[in-house]
Amino acid sequence: MLWIDCPWCGPRPETEFRYGGEAHIARPEPAATDDAAWADYLFMRTNPKGVHAERWMHREGCRRWFNALRDTVSNDVVAIYPMGAPRPDASGDEAGDD
Amino acid sequence: MAEALAPRSPLAALADALAAVQAEGVTLAEQPARARLNLRLDPKDAEALTAAGAVLGGSLPRTPNTAATTVNGKTILWLGPDEWLVTGPAAEDAALEETLRGRLEGRHHALTDVSAMYATLALSGPRAREVLMKGCRLDLHPRAFAPGACVQTALARANVILHQAGDVPTYEITVRNSFAHYLGTWLLDAMAEYRPA
Repeated sequence: MLWIDCPWCGPRPETEFRYGGEAHIARPEPAATDDAAWADYLFMRTNPKGVHAERWMHREGCRRWFNALRDTVSNDVVAIYPMGAPRPDASGDEAGDD
Repeated sequence: MAEALAPRSPLAALADALAAVQAEGVTLAEQPARARLNLRLDPKDAEALTAAGAVLGGSLPRTPNTAATTVNGKTILWLGPDEWLVTGPAAEDAALEETLRGRLEGRHHALTDVSAMYATLALSGPRAREVLMKGCRLDLHPRAFAPGACVQTALARANVILHQAGDVPTYEITVRNSFAHYLGTWLLDAMAEYRPA
């Protein structure tokens, strides 16, 4: 069981949360965007092996959204930060634990 | 012709089973209907917080996972950084909503009467913690969860507001109507092992 540190409620089991996909994807202006760029915005994700910035929501608790850096190799949550904040520097944690 | 509908508890079908339950060291009972108001305020708006606190007779709890009892007999449960559940006697429901709405007039807020959305069960006794531990992943040990603690979490996969109201311990479990029968049945089953021989 993965425990996630909700910025409001504290550590809670993963099953209380909803995953919200990759963070920091800015929506382009539809009228000024061609099909290729729009498809890129809709479907293409970075899918890294290592630290991934993603959105989570504490569905069964305070129902607030927040961002997290999670290592996709070790499943460690490296950092938790508020929506709208820039991605923090996660240097040194890139390699994961195993 | 319009017909007045009598309020009916979502646990009505379990009333006989709840009345007949016998267990050593733990009791389960439905709490009488109560007023419940969901209040959302900007926590940075000190004047709005003060105005709401003045109506309720105590300040809104700002610490996550806590509840506060006021001098006016209201219990205010923390639900989120800008969200609270105000509970009080059912008879005061309409008046409380009106007074709060009046005091918060012109301030950015949301006040919703959710009295009929939930049922509350009280689980009490020295073994109440053991019963809850069968379906709750949180640490309920007194060092982590004391009287006044209030969390929203999953109990037996149902979303509940779990409030420790007393140090017996007594837990008040507030659950949505549609899950009330299921959760009541689950709690009765979880208490079965403490039935006197």
